[in-house]
Amino acid sequence: MKRTSRADVLFRYLTIAVASVVVGLFAIYFLELFSGSSLTLSEGLAFIFSSTWTDVVFGVYPMLWGSLVTSAIALCIGVPISVGVAIFLSEIARGKLRSALGFLVEMLAAVPSVVYGLWGLFILTPLLSTYVYPFVEQYLGFIPIFSCPDSFVPCYFYGVSIMTAGIILTIMIIPIVAAISRDALLAVPNSQREAAYALGATKAEAVNMSVLSYARSGVIAAVFLGFARAFGETMAVVMLIGNERAVSVSLFHPGYTLASLIANEFSEASSPAAVSALIEAGLVLLIVSFLTSFTGRLLIRRFLKTREAASYI
Amino acid sequence: MKLRRFVFDKLWIAATFATVVIAVVPLLSILADVVYQGIASMNIDFFTQLPPPPCSAATCTPGGLGNAIQGTIILVALSGAIGIPIGIISGIYISEYGNNSYGSSVRFLGDVLAGIPSIVTGVLVYVLIVIPLRGYSVTAGGIALGSMMIPIVSNTSAEALKTVPNSIREASHALGIRKWRTSLLIAAHAKRAIATASLLAIARITGETAPLLLSAGISQLWFSGLDHPIASLTFYIYYFATSPYANWKALAWGAAFILIVIVLGINMGVRIITRTKEVYSS
Repeated sequence: MKRTSRADVLFRYLTIAVASVVVGLFAIYFLELFSGSSLTLSEGLAFIFSSTWTDVVFGVYPMLWGSLVTSAIALCIGVPISVGVAIFLSEIARGKLRSALGFLVEMLAAVPSVVYGLWGLFILTPLLSTYVYPFVEQYLGFIPIFSCPDSFVPCYFYGVSIMTAGIILTIMIIPIVAAISRDALLAVPNSQREAAYALGATKAEAVNMSVLSYARSGVIAAVFLGFARAFGETMAVVMLIGNERAVSVSLFHPGYTLASLIANEFSEASSPAAVSALIEAGLVLLIVSFLTSFTGRLLIRRFLKTREAASYI
Repeated sequence: MKLRRFVFDKLWIAATFATVVIAVVPLLSILADVVYQGIASMNIDFFTQLPPPPCSAATCTPGGLGNAIQGTIILVALSGAIGIPIGIISGIYISEYGNNSYGSSVRFLGDVLAGIPSIVTGVLVYVLIVIPLRGYSVTAGGIALGSMMIPIVSNTSAEALKTVPNSIREASHALGIRKWRTSLLIAAHAKRAIATASLLAIARITGETAPLLLSAGISQLWFSGLDHPIASLTFYIYYFATSPYANWKALAWGAAFILIVIVLGINMGVRIITRTKEVYSS
Protein backbone atom coordinates (compact mmCIF):
# COMPACT_ATOMS: atom_id res chain seq x y z
CA MET A 1 0.00 0.00 0.00
CA LYS A 2 1.16 3.51 -0.77
CA ARG A 3 2.22 5.37 2.35
CA THR A 4 0.92 8.74 1.23
CA SER A 5 -2.29 9.25 -0.70
CA ARG A 6 -3.53 12.32 -2.51
CA ALA A 7 -5.78 13.11 0.47
CA ASP A 8 -2.72 13.08 2.67
CA VAL A 9 -0.90 15.57 0.49
CA LEU A 10 -3.98 17.79 0.24
CA PHE A 11 -4.56 17.78 3.98
CA ARG A 12 -0.94 18.60 4.64
CA TYR A 13 -1.04 21.56 2.27
CA LEU A 14 -4.30 22.70 3.82
CA THR A 15 -2.79 22.81 7.29
CA ILE A 16 0.34 24.55 5.99
CA ALA A 17 -1.79 27.14 4.21
CA VAL A 18 -3.89 27.81 7.31
CA ALA A 19 -0.84 27.96 9.57
CA SER A 20 0.64 30.47 7.15
CA VAL A 21 -2.21 32.81 8.08
CA VAL A 22 -0.25 33.45 11.29
CA VAL A 23 2.87 34.35 9.31
CA GLY A 24 0.79 36.31 6.80
CA LEU A 25 -0.91 38.33 9.54
CA PHE A 26 2.49 39.29 10.73
CA ALA A 27 3.55 40.61 7.35
CA ILE A 28 0.22 42.38 6.90
CA TYR A 29 0.67 44.31 10.16
CA PHE A 30 3.93 45.84 8.99
CA LEU A 31 2.94 46.33 5.33
CA GLU A 32 -0.41 47.97 6.03
CA LEU A 33 0.81 50.22 8.81
CA PHE A 34 3.71 51.36 6.64
CA SER A 35 1.50 52.07 3.66
CA GLY A 36 -1.26 53.60 5.80
CA SER A 37 1.11 56.13 7.29
CA SER A 38 2.84 57.07 4.04
CA LEU A 39 1.54 60.65 4.19
CA THR A 40 3.46 61.46 7.35
CA LEU A 41 6.22 58.87 7.13
CA SER A 42 8.13 61.18 4.80
CA GLU A 43 8.55 63.64 7.66
CA GLY A 44 11.04 61.22 9.07
CA LEU A 45 12.34 61.38 12.61
CA ALA A 46 10.72 64.74 13.29
CA PHE A 47 7.64 62.68 14.04
CA ILE A 48 9.35 61.16 17.03
CA PHE A 49 11.34 64.14 18.30
CA SER A 50 8.89 66.97 17.82
CA SER A 51 6.29 68.05 20.36
CA THR A 52 4.04 70.02 18.03
CA TRP A 53 0.78 68.42 17.03
CA THR A 54 -1.39 70.59 14.79
CA ASP A 55 -3.50 69.97 11.71
CA VAL A 56 -0.43 69.82 9.51
CA VAL A 57 2.56 69.08 11.75
CA PHE A 58 2.66 65.92 13.82
CA GLY A 59 5.09 65.09 16.57
CA VAL A 60 4.60 62.38 19.15
CA TYR A 61 7.47 63.17 21.51
CA PRO A 62 5.13 63.85 24.49
CA MET A 63 3.25 60.59 23.89
CA LEU A 64 6.43 58.58 23.48
CA TRP A 65 7.69 60.15 26.71
CA GLY A 66 4.40 59.27 28.44
CA SER A 67 4.51 55.67 27.19
CA LEU A 68 8.10 55.24 28.33
CA VAL A 69 7.62 56.88 31.73
CA THR A 70 4.41 55.00 32.59
CA SER A 71 6.03 51.71 31.53
CA ALA A 72 9.12 52.56 33.58
CA ILE A 73 6.98 53.23 36.67
CA ALA A 74 5.19 49.92 36.11
CA LEU A 75 8.49 48.05 35.86
CA CYS A 76 10.14 49.81 38.82
CA ILE A 77 7.28 48.96 41.17
CA GLY A 78 5.97 45.85 39.45
CA VAL A 79 9.09 43.78 38.87
CA PRO A 80 10.22 43.52 42.51
CA ILE A 81 6.66 42.63 43.55
CA SER A 82 6.34 40.08 40.74
CA VAL A 83 9.65 38.43 41.56
CA GLY A 84 8.54 38.25 45.19
CA VAL A 85 5.27 36.61 44.12
CA ALA A 86 7.18 34.19 41.88
CA ILE A 87 9.53 33.26 44.71
CA PHE A 88 6.65 32.72 47.11
CA LEU A 89 4.71 30.61 44.61
CA SER A 90 7.63 28.44 43.51
CA GLU A 91 9.90 28.22 46.56
CA ILE A 92 7.79 28.75 49.66
CA ALA A 93 4.11 27.93 49.18
CA ARG A 94 3.14 24.29 48.81
CA GLY A 95 0.01 22.33 47.99
CA LYS A 96 -3.34 24.06 48.24
CA LEU A 97 -1.95 27.47 49.22
CA ARG A 98 0.26 27.46 46.13
CA SER A 99 -2.53 26.56 43.72
CA ALA A 100 -5.03 28.95 45.33
CA LEU A 101 -2.67 31.92 45.22
CA GLY A 102 -1.47 30.97 41.75
CA PHE A 103 -5.10 30.93 40.65
CA LEU A 104 -5.73 34.40 42.08
CA VAL A 105 -2.68 35.83 40.32
CA GLU A 106 -3.85 34.25 37.05
CA MET A 107 -7.28 35.79 37.52
CA LEU A 108 -5.58 39.18 37.75
CA ALA A 109 -4.47 38.63 34.16
CA ALA A 110 -8.00 37.70 33.07
CA VAL A 111 -9.66 40.94 34.22
CA PRO A 112 -10.42 43.02 31.09
CA SER A 113 -8.36 46.19 30.86
CA VAL A 114 -11.44 48.42 30.56
CA VAL A 115 -12.54 47.11 33.97
CA TYR A 116 -9.13 48.11 35.34
CA GLY A 117 -9.83 51.52 33.87
CA LEU A 118 -13.26 51.74 35.48
CA TRP A 119 -11.97 50.65 38.86
CA GLY A 120 -8.96 52.91 38.54
CA LEU A 121 -11.12 55.91 37.73
CA PHE A 122 -13.64 55.54 40.54
CA ILE A 123 -11.77 53.71 43.30
CA LEU A 124 -8.01 53.96 42.87
CA THR A 125 -7.72 57.56 41.68
CA PRO A 126 -9.67 59.17 44.56
CA LEU A 127 -7.73 57.01 46.99
CA LEU A 128 -4.37 58.08 45.59
CA SER A 129 -5.19 61.76 45.25
CA THR A 130 -6.62 62.15 48.75
CA TYR A 131 -4.31 59.93 50.78
CA VAL A 132 -1.13 59.06 48.91
CA TYR A 133 -0.13 61.93 46.61
CA PRO A 134 -0.40 64.80 49.17
CA PHE A 135 1.67 62.74 51.58
CA VAL A 136 4.33 61.92 48.97
CA GLU A 137 4.45 65.52 47.78
CA GLN A 138 4.85 66.82 51.32
CA TYR A 139 7.77 64.59 52.23
CA LEU A 140 9.41 63.85 48.88
CA GLY A 141 8.39 66.99 47.00
CA PHE A 142 12.01 68.15 46.84
CA ILE A 143 12.60 65.42 44.25
CA PRO A 144 11.48 66.89 40.90
CA ILE A 145 9.41 63.86 39.88
CA PHE A 146 7.30 64.16 43.04
CA SER A 147 7.09 67.92 42.98
CA CYS A 148 4.02 69.98 42.28
CA PRO A 149 4.62 72.93 39.95
CA ASP A 150 2.99 76.12 41.22
CA SER A 151 -0.63 76.30 40.30
CA PHE A 152 -3.94 77.34 41.72
CA VAL A 153 -5.00 73.84 42.74
CA PRO A 154 -2.59 71.09 43.78
CA CYS A 155 -1.45 69.27 40.67
CA TYR A 156 -2.76 65.96 41.99
CA PHE A 157 -6.18 67.49 42.57
CA TYR A 158 -7.90 65.59 39.76
CA GLY A 159 -5.93 62.45 40.39
CA VAL A 160 -5.57 61.46 36.75
CA SER A 161 -1.85 61.60 36.05
CA ILE A 162 1.20 59.80 34.71
CA MET A 163 1.69 58.30 38.17
CA THR A 164 -1.88 56.95 38.35
CA ALA A 165 -1.51 55.37 34.91
CA GLY A 166 1.83 53.92 35.98
CA ILE A 167 0.27 52.39 39.09
CA ILE A 168 -2.59 50.76 37.18
CA LEU A 169 -0.02 49.39 34.72
CA THR A 170 1.94 48.03 37.67
CA ILE A 171 -1.10 46.04 38.77
CA MET A 172 -1.68 44.85 35.21
CA ILE A 173 1.86 43.61 34.49
CA ILE A 174 2.27 41.77 37.81
CA PRO A 175 0.44 38.60 36.67
CA ILE A 176 2.52 38.36 33.46
CA VAL A 177 5.90 39.05 35.01
CA ALA A 178 5.10 36.85 38.01
CA ALA A 179 3.87 33.91 35.91
CA ILE A 180 6.92 33.86 33.63
CA SER A 181 9.34 34.37 36.52
CA ARG A 182 7.62 31.57 38.43
CA ASP A 183 8.01 29.23 35.46
CA ALA A 184 11.66 30.22 35.25
CA LEU A 185 12.17 29.48 38.95
CA LEU A 186 10.34 26.16 38.70
CA ALA A 187 12.63 25.21 35.82
CA VAL A 188 15.72 25.56 38.03
CA PRO A 189 17.01 22.05 38.73
CA ASN A 190 16.79 20.94 42.33
CA SER A 191 20.52 20.29 42.42
CA GLN A 192 20.99 24.08 42.49
CA ARG A 193 18.97 24.31 45.70
CA GLU A 194 20.50 21.20 47.23
CA ALA A 195 24.01 22.50 46.62
CA ALA A 196 23.21 25.69 48.52
CA TYR A 197 21.52 23.82 51.38
CA ALA A 198 24.51 21.48 51.61
CA LEU A 199 26.66 24.53 52.29
CA GLY A 200 24.32 25.41 55.17
CA ALA A 201 22.36 28.12 53.42
CA THR A 202 19.00 29.26 54.69
CA LYS A 203 16.06 29.35 52.28
CA ALA A 204 16.60 33.04 51.60
CA GLU A 205 20.29 32.52 50.94
CA ALA A 206 19.67 29.50 48.72
CA VAL A 207 17.17 31.40 46.58
CA ASN A 208 19.19 34.61 46.40
CA MET A 209 22.54 32.97 45.68
CA SER A 210 21.72 29.86 43.80
CA VAL A 211 18.20 29.84 42.34
CA LEU A 212 17.70 33.43 41.18
CA SER A 213 21.05 33.63 39.42
CA TYR A 214 20.24 30.44 37.53
CA ALA A 215 16.83 31.76 36.49
CA ARG A 216 18.16 35.23 35.66
CA SER A 217 17.54 35.11 31.91
CA GLY A 218 13.99 33.85 32.47
CA VAL A 219 13.27 36.76 34.80
CA ILE A 220 14.80 39.20 32.30
CA ALA A 221 12.50 37.74 29.63
CA ALA A 222 9.57 38.35 31.98
CA VAL A 223 10.63 41.99 32.32
CA PHE A 224 10.74 42.39 28.52
CA LEU A 225 7.24 40.95 28.14
CA GLY A 226 5.96 43.05 31.03
CA PHE A 227 7.33 46.14 29.30
CA ALA A 228 5.65 45.15 26.03
CA ARG A 229 2.34 44.80 27.85
CA ALA A 230 2.68 48.13 29.67
CA PHE A 231 3.87 50.02 26.60
CA GLY A 232 0.90 48.94 24.50
CA GLU A 233 -1.83 49.00 27.12
CA THR A 234 -4.60 51.29 26.00
CA MET A 235 -7.93 51.33 27.81
CA ALA A 236 -6.84 51.60 31.43
CA VAL A 237 -4.29 54.26 30.52
CA VAL A 238 -6.59 56.38 28.36
CA MET A 239 -9.02 56.52 31.29
CA LEU A 240 -6.42 57.43 33.93
CA ILE A 241 -3.64 59.51 32.40
CA GLY A 242 -5.58 62.69 31.69
CA ASN A 243 -4.75 62.82 27.96
CA GLU A 244 -2.80 66.07 27.98
CA ARG A 245 0.01 66.66 25.51
CA ALA A 246 2.73 67.70 27.92
CA VAL A 247 6.24 66.64 28.74
CA SER A 248 6.41 67.21 32.46
CA VAL A 249 8.98 66.04 34.94
CA SER A 250 6.39 65.80 37.69
CA LEU A 251 4.65 62.45 37.70
CA PHE A 252 1.56 64.00 39.26
CA HIS A 253 0.88 65.89 36.06
CA PRO A 254 -1.47 64.53 33.37
CA GLY A 255 0.17 63.03 30.31
CA TYR A 256 -0.48 61.06 27.19
CA THR A 257 0.75 57.81 25.66
CA LEU A 258 0.98 56.55 22.10
CA ALA A 259 -1.79 54.01 22.68
CA SER A 260 -4.10 56.46 24.43
CA LEU A 261 -3.48 59.00 21.66
CA ILE A 262 -4.76 56.53 19.08
CA ALA A 263 -7.75 55.51 21.18
CA ASN A 264 -8.69 59.07 22.03
CA GLU A 265 -8.23 60.88 18.73
CA PHE A 266 -8.87 58.40 15.95
CA SER A 267 -12.58 59.10 15.71
CA GLU A 268 -11.94 62.83 15.65
CA ALA A 269 -9.13 62.79 13.11
CA SER A 270 -10.38 65.10 10.38
CA SER A 271 -7.77 65.13 7.65
CA PRO A 272 -6.08 62.23 5.84
CA ALA A 273 -2.78 63.54 7.21
CA ALA A 274 -4.05 63.30 10.80
CA VAL A 275 -5.22 59.72 10.20
CA SER A 276 -1.85 58.93 8.68
CA ALA A 277 -0.09 60.39 11.73
CA LEU A 278 -2.19 58.25 14.08
CA ILE A 279 -1.42 55.16 12.00
CA GLU A 280 2.25 56.07 12.23
CA ALA A 281 1.87 56.24 16.02
CA GLY A 282 0.47 52.71 15.74
CA LEU A 283 3.49 51.74 13.68
CA VAL A 284 5.85 53.01 16.39
CA LEU A 285 3.85 51.03 18.93
CA LEU A 286 4.01 47.93 16.71
CA ILE A 287 7.77 48.15 16.21
CA VAL A 288 8.58 48.74 19.88
CA SER A 289 6.28 46.00 21.13
CA PHE A 290 7.45 43.62 18.40
CA LEU A 291 11.11 44.13 19.34
CA THR A 292 10.58 43.72 23.08
CA SER A 293 8.15 40.84 22.72
CA PHE A 294 10.46 39.11 20.22
CA THR A 295 13.47 39.50 22.51
CA GLY A 296 11.50 38.27 25.51
CA ARG A 297 10.24 35.18 23.67
CA LEU A 298 13.73 34.46 22.34
CA LEU A 299 15.16 34.64 25.86
CA ILE A 300 12.48 32.26 27.14
CA ARG A 301 13.22 29.83 24.35
CA ARG A 302 16.94 29.90 25.01
CA PHE A 303 16.36 29.56 28.72
CA LEU A 304 14.18 26.48 28.22
CA LYS A 305 16.80 24.98 25.90
CA THR A 306 19.61 25.37 28.42
CA ARG A 307 17.32 23.85 31.03
CA GLU A 308 16.74 20.83 28.81
CA ALA A 309 20.46 20.55 28.24
CA ALA A 310 21.02 20.75 31.99
CA SER A 311 18.55 17.97 32.69
CA TYR A 312 20.75 15.51 30.81
CA ILE A 313 23.74 16.13 33.07
CA MET B 1 23.10 29.22 62.69
CA LYS B 2 23.57 32.79 63.73
CA LEU B 3 20.46 34.59 64.94
CA ARG B 4 20.96 37.36 62.39
CA ARG B 5 20.76 34.92 59.48
CA PHE B 6 17.76 33.17 61.01
CA VAL B 7 15.89 36.44 61.46
CA PHE B 8 16.81 37.60 57.95
CA ASP B 9 15.47 34.36 56.54
CA LYS B 10 12.13 34.71 58.30
CA LEU B 11 11.83 38.39 57.37
CA TRP B 12 12.63 37.52 53.78
CA ILE B 13 9.87 34.90 53.67
CA ALA B 14 7.47 37.40 55.21
CA ALA B 15 8.48 39.95 52.57
CA THR B 16 7.74 37.58 49.69
CA PHE B 17 4.38 36.82 51.29
CA ALA B 18 3.74 40.56 51.53
CA THR B 19 4.31 40.92 47.77
CA VAL B 20 1.64 38.26 47.17
CA VAL B 21 -0.76 40.21 49.36
CA ILE B 22 0.05 43.43 47.46
CA ALA B 23 -0.62 41.63 44.17
CA VAL B 24 -3.90 40.04 45.24
CA VAL B 25 -5.50 42.98 47.10
CA PRO B 26 -6.31 44.95 43.89
CA LEU B 27 -8.01 41.86 42.45
CA LEU B 28 -10.19 41.45 45.52
CA SER B 29 -10.97 45.17 45.55
CA ILE B 30 -11.92 45.09 41.86
CA LEU B 31 -14.17 42.08 42.37
CA ALA B 32 -15.81 43.55 45.46
CA ASP B 33 -16.47 46.94 43.84
CA VAL B 34 -17.69 45.52 40.54
CA VAL B 35 -20.05 43.11 42.26
CA TYR B 36 -21.28 45.65 44.81
CA GLN B 37 -21.83 48.53 42.36
CA GLY B 38 -22.80 46.31 39.45
CA ILE B 39 -25.56 44.40 41.17
CA ALA B 40 -27.17 47.74 42.03
CA SER B 41 -27.84 48.34 38.32
CA MET B 42 -29.13 44.84 37.62
CA ASN B 43 -32.78 44.66 36.62
CA ILE B 44 -34.84 43.48 33.66
CA ASP B 45 -34.40 46.80 31.89
CA PHE B 46 -30.64 46.36 31.87
CA PHE B 47 -30.98 43.37 29.57
CA THR B 48 -33.89 44.50 27.43
CA GLN B 49 -33.72 48.27 27.00
CA LEU B 50 -31.63 50.64 24.91
CA PRO B 51 -29.23 53.11 26.62
CA PRO B 52 -31.12 55.98 28.31
CA PRO B 53 -30.46 59.68 27.69
CA PRO B 54 -27.93 61.23 30.08
CA CYS B 55 -29.33 62.26 33.44
CA SER B 56 -27.96 63.21 36.81
CA ALA B 57 -31.24 63.89 38.60
CA ALA B 58 -32.80 61.59 41.16
CA THR B 59 -35.33 60.14 38.75
CA CYS B 60 -34.23 59.29 35.24
CA THR B 61 -35.71 57.59 32.23
CA PRO B 62 -35.04 53.93 32.79
CA GLY B 63 -32.81 52.19 30.30
CA GLY B 64 -30.32 49.43 29.89
CA LEU B 65 -27.59 48.03 27.77
CA GLY B 66 -29.54 45.36 25.92
CA ASN B 67 -28.02 46.36 22.61
CA ALA B 68 -24.50 46.17 24.03
CA ILE B 69 -25.12 42.65 25.33
CA GLN B 70 -26.51 41.66 21.94
CA GLY B 71 -23.58 43.33 20.18
CA THR B 72 -20.96 41.61 22.32
CA ILE B 73 -22.59 38.23 21.67
CA ILE B 74 -22.65 38.85 17.90
CA LEU B 75 -19.07 40.12 17.81
CA VAL B 76 -17.75 37.23 19.87
CA ALA B 77 -19.66 34.68 17.79
CA LEU B 78 -18.32 36.18 14.59
CA SER B 79 -14.75 36.32 15.84
CA GLY B 80 -15.01 32.76 17.12
CA ALA B 81 -16.26 31.61 13.73
CA ILE B 82 -13.16 33.19 12.17
CA GLY B 83 -10.54 32.55 14.82
CA ILE B 84 -11.33 29.09 16.18
CA PRO B 85 -11.31 26.97 12.96
CA ILE B 86 -8.21 28.72 11.60
CA GLY B 87 -6.53 28.47 14.98
CA ILE B 88 -7.26 24.77 15.42
CA ILE B 89 -6.09 23.79 11.92
CA SER B 90 -2.97 25.86 12.39
CA GLY B 91 -2.49 24.08 15.73
CA ILE B 92 -2.82 20.72 13.97
CA TYR B 93 -0.09 21.80 11.57
CA ILE B 94 2.25 22.88 14.36
CA SER B 95 1.73 19.69 16.35
CA GLU B 96 1.37 17.01 13.67
CA TYR B 97 3.36 18.35 10.71
CA GLY B 98 5.39 21.18 12.13
CA ASN B 99 8.34 19.30 13.54
CA ASN B 100 10.60 21.51 11.43
CA SER B 101 11.87 25.07 11.33
CA TYR B 102 8.69 26.41 9.68
CA GLY B 103 6.53 24.80 12.34
CA SER B 104 8.54 26.26 15.17
CA SER B 105 8.60 29.69 13.57
CA VAL B 106 4.82 29.64 13.13
CA ARG B 107 4.61 28.90 16.82
CA PHE B 108 7.13 31.54 17.77
CA LEU B 109 5.51 34.20 15.59
CA GLY B 110 2.15 33.23 17.10
CA ASP B 111 3.52 34.01 20.55
CA VAL B 112 4.89 37.35 19.39
CA LEU B 113 1.66 38.14 17.50
CA ALA B 114 -0.38 37.52 20.64
CA GLY B 115 1.82 40.12 22.34
CA ILE B 116 1.08 42.91 19.86
CA PRO B 117 -0.99 45.64 21.57
CA SER B 118 -4.66 45.23 20.75
CA ILE B 119 -4.99 48.89 19.74
CA VAL B 120 -2.54 48.14 16.90
CA THR B 121 -4.95 45.44 15.69
CA GLY B 122 -7.58 48.15 15.69
CA VAL B 123 -5.37 50.39 13.55
CA LEU B 124 -4.69 47.52 11.13
CA VAL B 125 -8.38 46.72 10.70
CA TYR B 126 -9.11 50.42 10.28
CA VAL B 127 -6.64 50.64 7.39
CA LEU B 128 -7.59 47.30 5.88
CA ILE B 129 -11.37 47.26 6.26
CA VAL B 130 -12.89 50.39 7.76
CA ILE B 131 -11.39 52.78 5.19
CA PRO B 132 -12.40 50.70 2.13
CA LEU B 133 -15.90 50.06 3.53
CA ARG B 134 -16.23 53.74 4.49
CA GLY B 135 -17.26 53.23 8.09
CA TYR B 136 -17.24 51.18 11.25
CA SER B 137 -19.03 47.84 10.93
CA VAL B 138 -19.80 44.55 12.62
CA THR B 139 -17.67 42.82 9.99
CA ALA B 140 -14.65 44.93 10.86
CA GLY B 141 -15.16 44.26 14.58
CA GLY B 142 -15.49 40.52 14.05
CA ILE B 143 -12.37 40.41 11.89
CA ALA B 144 -10.41 42.46 14.42
CA LEU B 145 -11.30 40.17 17.32
CA GLY B 146 -11.05 37.04 15.16
CA SER B 147 -7.54 37.87 14.01
CA MET B 148 -6.56 38.27 17.67
CA MET B 149 -7.96 34.83 18.44
CA ILE B 150 -5.98 33.02 15.73
CA PRO B 151 -2.52 33.02 17.35
CA ILE B 152 -3.97 32.28 20.80
CA VAL B 153 -6.05 29.30 19.67
CA SER B 154 -3.28 28.08 17.34
CA ASN B 155 -0.64 27.85 20.04
CA THR B 156 -2.86 26.58 22.83
CA SER B 157 -4.43 23.87 20.66
CA ALA B 158 -0.97 22.85 19.40
CA GLU B 159 -0.03 22.49 23.05
CA ALA B 160 -3.14 20.38 23.66
CA LEU B 161 -2.44 18.12 20.68
CA LYS B 162 1.14 17.56 21.79
CA THR B 163 -0.08 16.11 25.08
CA VAL B 164 -1.75 13.21 23.22
CA PRO B 165 0.63 10.27 23.73
CA ASN B 166 2.66 9.20 20.71
CA SER B 167 1.50 5.63 21.20
CA ILE B 168 -1.90 6.62 19.76
CA ARG B 169 -0.26 8.02 16.63
CA GLU B 170 1.83 4.86 16.31
CA ALA B 171 -1.18 2.60 16.83
CA SER B 172 -3.13 4.45 14.17
CA HIS B 173 -0.19 4.28 11.82
CA ALA B 174 0.27 0.57 12.46
CA LEU B 175 -3.36 -0.04 11.52
CA GLY B 176 -2.65 1.51 8.14
CA ILE B 177 -4.77 4.58 8.81
CA ARG B 178 -3.63 7.46 6.70
CA LYS B 179 -1.80 10.37 8.20
CA TRP B 180 -4.57 12.92 7.60
CA ARG B 181 -7.14 10.75 9.31
CA THR B 182 -4.70 10.08 12.12
CA SER B 183 -4.30 13.84 12.61
CA LEU B 184 -8.06 14.28 12.86
CA LEU B 185 -8.19 11.34 15.23
CA ILE B 186 -5.61 12.98 17.44
CA ALA B 187 -7.59 16.23 17.31
CA ALA B 188 -10.74 14.33 18.30
CA HIS B 189 -8.80 12.74 21.12
CA ALA B 190 -7.72 16.12 22.48
CA LYS B 191 -11.14 17.70 21.94
CA ARG B 192 -11.66 18.56 25.58
CA ALA B 193 -8.38 20.39 25.80
CA ILE B 194 -8.99 22.15 22.48
CA ALA B 195 -12.47 23.19 23.60
CA THR B 196 -10.95 24.53 26.82
CA ALA B 197 -8.37 26.50 24.87
CA SER B 198 -11.05 27.96 22.60
CA LEU B 199 -13.22 28.92 25.58
CA LEU B 200 -10.29 30.72 27.22
CA ALA B 201 -9.62 32.57 23.98
CA ILE B 202 -13.29 33.60 23.89
CA ALA B 203 -13.06 34.85 27.47
CA ARG B 204 -10.02 36.87 26.54
CA ILE B 205 -11.63 38.38 23.43
CA THR B 206 -14.91 39.24 25.18
CA GLY B 207 -13.06 41.74 27.35
CA GLU B 208 -11.28 43.50 24.48
CA THR B 209 -12.09 47.16 23.96
CA ALA B 210 -9.28 48.90 22.13
CA PRO B 211 -9.68 47.10 18.77
CA LEU B 212 -13.41 47.81 18.79
CA LEU B 213 -12.83 51.57 19.06
CA LEU B 214 -11.42 51.50 15.53
CA SER B 215 -13.43 48.67 14.00
CA ALA B 216 -16.94 48.04 15.29
CA GLY B 217 -17.49 51.55 16.59
CA ILE B 218 -20.48 52.14 18.84
CA SER B 219 -24.20 52.30 18.28
CA GLN B 220 -27.17 53.52 20.30
CA LEU B 221 -29.44 51.04 18.55
CA TRP B 222 -29.93 47.33 18.14
CA PHE B 223 -28.01 45.28 15.60
CA SER B 224 -29.04 46.48 12.15
CA GLY B 225 -26.84 44.65 9.68
CA LEU B 226 -23.26 43.51 9.27
CA ASP B 227 -22.25 46.74 7.56
CA HIS B 228 -23.35 49.00 10.42
CA PRO B 229 -21.58 49.93 13.65
CA ILE B 230 -22.58 47.90 16.67
CA ALA B 231 -22.70 48.42 20.43
CA SER B 232 -20.56 46.35 22.79
CA LEU B 233 -20.33 46.03 26.57
CA THR B 234 -16.68 47.03 26.71
CA PHE B 235 -17.05 50.13 24.55
CA TYR B 236 -20.03 51.21 26.63
CA ILE B 237 -18.05 50.80 29.85
CA TYR B 238 -15.42 53.17 28.47
CA TYR B 239 -17.98 55.58 27.02
CA PHE B 240 -20.19 55.72 30.10
CA ALA B 241 -17.43 55.65 32.73
CA THR B 242 -15.77 58.72 31.25
CA SER B 243 -19.07 60.59 31.01
CA PRO B 244 -20.19 62.99 33.77
CA TYR B 245 -23.70 61.51 34.17
CA ALA B 246 -24.68 59.46 37.20
CA ASN B 247 -27.09 57.10 35.42
CA TRP B 248 -24.50 56.34 32.72
CA LYS B 249 -21.81 55.64 35.29
CA ALA B 250 -24.14 53.23 37.07
CA LEU B 251 -24.73 51.40 33.78
CA ALA B 252 -20.95 51.20 33.23
CA TRP B 253 -20.65 49.34 36.55
CA GLY B 254 -23.48 47.05 35.52
CA ALA B 255 -21.76 46.26 32.21
CA ALA B 256 -18.50 45.59 34.07
CA PHE B 257 -20.35 43.18 36.35
CA ILE B 258 -21.73 41.20 33.39
CA LEU B 259 -18.29 41.19 31.78
CA ILE B 260 -16.54 39.99 34.93
CA VAL B 261 -19.14 37.26 35.41
CA ILE B 262 -18.56 36.00 31.84
CA VAL B 263 -14.77 36.29 31.80
CA LEU B 264 -13.98 35.03 35.28
CA GLY B 265 -16.81 32.49 35.03
CA ILE B 266 -15.20 30.89 31.98
CA ASN B 267 -11.76 30.99 33.59
CA MET B 268 -12.95 29.43 36.84
CA GLY B 269 -15.15 26.88 35.08
CA VAL B 270 -12.25 25.75 32.93
CA ARG B 271 -10.07 25.51 36.01
CA ILE B 272 -12.58 23.28 37.78
CA ILE B 273 -13.17 21.03 34.76
CA THR B 274 -9.49 20.49 34.06
CA ARG B 275 -8.83 19.77 37.71
CA THR B 276 -11.48 17.08 38.04
CA LYS B 277 -10.32 15.32 34.91
CA GLU B 278 -6.65 15.47 34.05
CA VAL B 279 -6.41 15.23 30.28
CA TYR B 280 -3.12 13.39 29.98
CA SER B 281 -0.55 13.15 32.64
CA SER B 282 2.42 11.81 30.77
